Amino acid sequence: MTVVTRRVDERRHRAADSPRGTTARVARRAQVSPAAYAFLTIVLLASAFPLWWSFVIGSKDAAALNTGEVSLLPGGNFLENASTVVSTLPFWKALGNSIIVSTVVSGLVVLLSTLAGFAFAKLRFRGREGLLLFVIATMCVPTQLGVVPLFIVMAKLGWIGGLWAVILPALVNAFGVFWMTQYLRESLPDELVEAARVDGASTLRIFWNVALPAARPGAAMLGLFTFIATWTNFFWPFIVLEPGNPTLPVALQQLQAAYYVDYSLVLAGVVLAAIPLLIVFVFAGRQLVSGIMQGAVKG
Amino acid sequence: MDTARSTPRDTVDAVPAGERAVPARTSASAGPAGGHHPSQRARWRQRLSRFDTKASPYAYISPFFIIFGVVGLFPLLYTAWVSLHEWHLIGGQGDFVGLKNFQDVLEQRFFWNAVRNTFSIFLLSSVPQVIAALLIAVALDSGIRAKGFWRMGVLLPYVIAPVAVVLIFNDLFGDRYGLVNELLGWVGLDPVQWHKDTLSSHLAIATMVNFRWTGYNALIFLAAMQTIPRDYYEAALIDGAGRIRTFFSITVPQLRATIIFVTITSTIGGLQIFDEPRMFDQYGQGGADRQWQTLTIYLYNLGWNQKNFGRASAVAWLLFLIIVAIAVVNFFVIRRIASREEER
Repeated sequence: MTVVTRRVDERRHRAADSPRGTTARVARRAQVSPAAYAFLTIVLLASAFPLWWSFVIGSKDAAALNTGEVSLLPGGNFLENASTVVSTLPFWKALGNSIIVSTVVSGLVVLLSTLAGFAFAKLRFRGREGLLLFVIATMCVPTQLGVVPLFIVMAKLGWIGGLWAVILPALVNAFGVFWMTQYLRESLPDELVEAARVDGASTLRIFWNVALPAARPGAAMLGLFTFIATWTNFFWPFIVLEPGNPTLPVALQQLQAAYYVDYSLVLAGVVLAAIPLLIVFVFAGRQLVSGIMQGAVKG
Repeated sequence: MDTARSTPRDTVDAVPAGERAVPARTSASAGPAGGHHPSQRARWRQRLSRFDTKASPYAYISPFFIIFGVVGLFPLLYTAWVSLHEWHLIGGQGDFVGLKNFQDVLEQRFFWNAVRNTFSIFLLSSVPQVIAALLIAVALDSGIRAKGFWRMGVLLPYVIAPVAVVLIFNDLFGDRYGLVNELLGWVGLDPVQWHKDTLSSHLAIATMVNFRWTGYNALIFLAAMQTIPRDYYEAALIDGAGRIRTFFSITVPQLRATIIFVTITSTIGGLQIFDEPRMFDQYGQGGADRQWQTLTIYLYNLGWNQKNFGRASAVAWLLFLIIVAIAVVNFFVIRRIASREEER
């Protein structure tokens, strides 16, 4: 999977480079100014510093913080602070909830988006263009603003405080449908679909055996982005979940309310909560980058 | 893609099933009863596969539309209904009051305060962000080595939850012992009251938004830059244009549509900002004097603290109209720009 996405990425770069002659490229390469490196280094430090800082503060004890000295090196108190955070918050429950919600949401979004994307990209039916336009238009609808009736509906269903109340609204992902439509348009040759049709395959069979394999790299990226967006989401989970059964961002909010003055604990909690997505970033950062860049070109 | 393309299947499909059965039966008329059976089955299968091609597309796209209807469209319309009533969080639906909720909201000083704050934070977090993202994209596009490393580096903030970002920056922007004020002190400046001053608090909150999204948008711009034909740059080089001249005469005009696309998406998100201002102090009211209370916080307080769902829904609709109005304006600007590009 990684190989495929990388290959797509490289092909895109080659395509982008192709108008450029080799001599021109050499000329441009020679032209890279030290200023560009210096500027990017500053940007990189600014990107990484806040996270490093939270680790520095989160690894000190209150006494060390109160001396008021500024130091950029961590203390030795991180594990102690972390265990305090874990014991005062429903931390493991929050972690479990975040994992469940993000996994279920991204899995379902990928499935539903791929189904709809396949239909929009490769099947012919009346009203196709109009319906696709409607899907794109819903991207501009701030669904967050339906929050009052959504709460009323969830209360009527008796779902307040439960994970389904967080999962269900997150399944509406117009961007996902649009993304998979574009992806399948490019990566699934019409001839393959036609050939399967002539062989007498049913639509479902074509979807399963022809479209899904072609869609896999795009689906993986969509899953990745949906996972991150769901994991970091705060507004709706904060409204609908109970304090005893939070997701990680909601738990962090409780941490702030509990230890407003003790930043060593608050930031130790921040580091703990950031670890899972940092792991994702380390392993899939390349896909994230190429995903954003592909989405931008298509958008 | 192209509906015009005809396939072997279509030519068969174009003939109604009843007529098609006739030649089939003559060919199978050798046995009076025996040949009847397979043709029946064939007809049945044909009907099934026609139903399959007709109905499947709708079946595949229906989940999105159903779920959008239930948790997207219906709540928005229902919001309008709730906003026309007295509606209590616990007590539920009360009397029909017409536009009274809207009237009440529009008379509130704090509503207009929230509108002001929302736009102020939005402008502070979108204008510098677009400029910085453009500059970063130019640097990334200048033929540097280790491309992947730098690209990943600028994206790092994107995987940190806004709630976590606020907690970190709250410490950095501490009024008394924060690192930012410490640094200002080293340069000989007075400490800034980040959690008291209106404009300073907006700056601090905007900084958090910028921290998370600048790198992301830089990559979007970078992608668009790579589609600009390199001959343009070579022509500029031959004409003796400098770097800055090239940036303003070639890069920016070519990216105009992308810039507006980024602006629209950040408008839709930015006007609903909640996480950062909510977490900027431990009370979550948007400041002691509501210096950084945004519209979404205002909405939340009306609904879940004052338990007044009617008014909260009125605020939701007003915010919705503001967002749609700005999106529509943006859309027409894009269209004008696009048509002008074609005329060139």
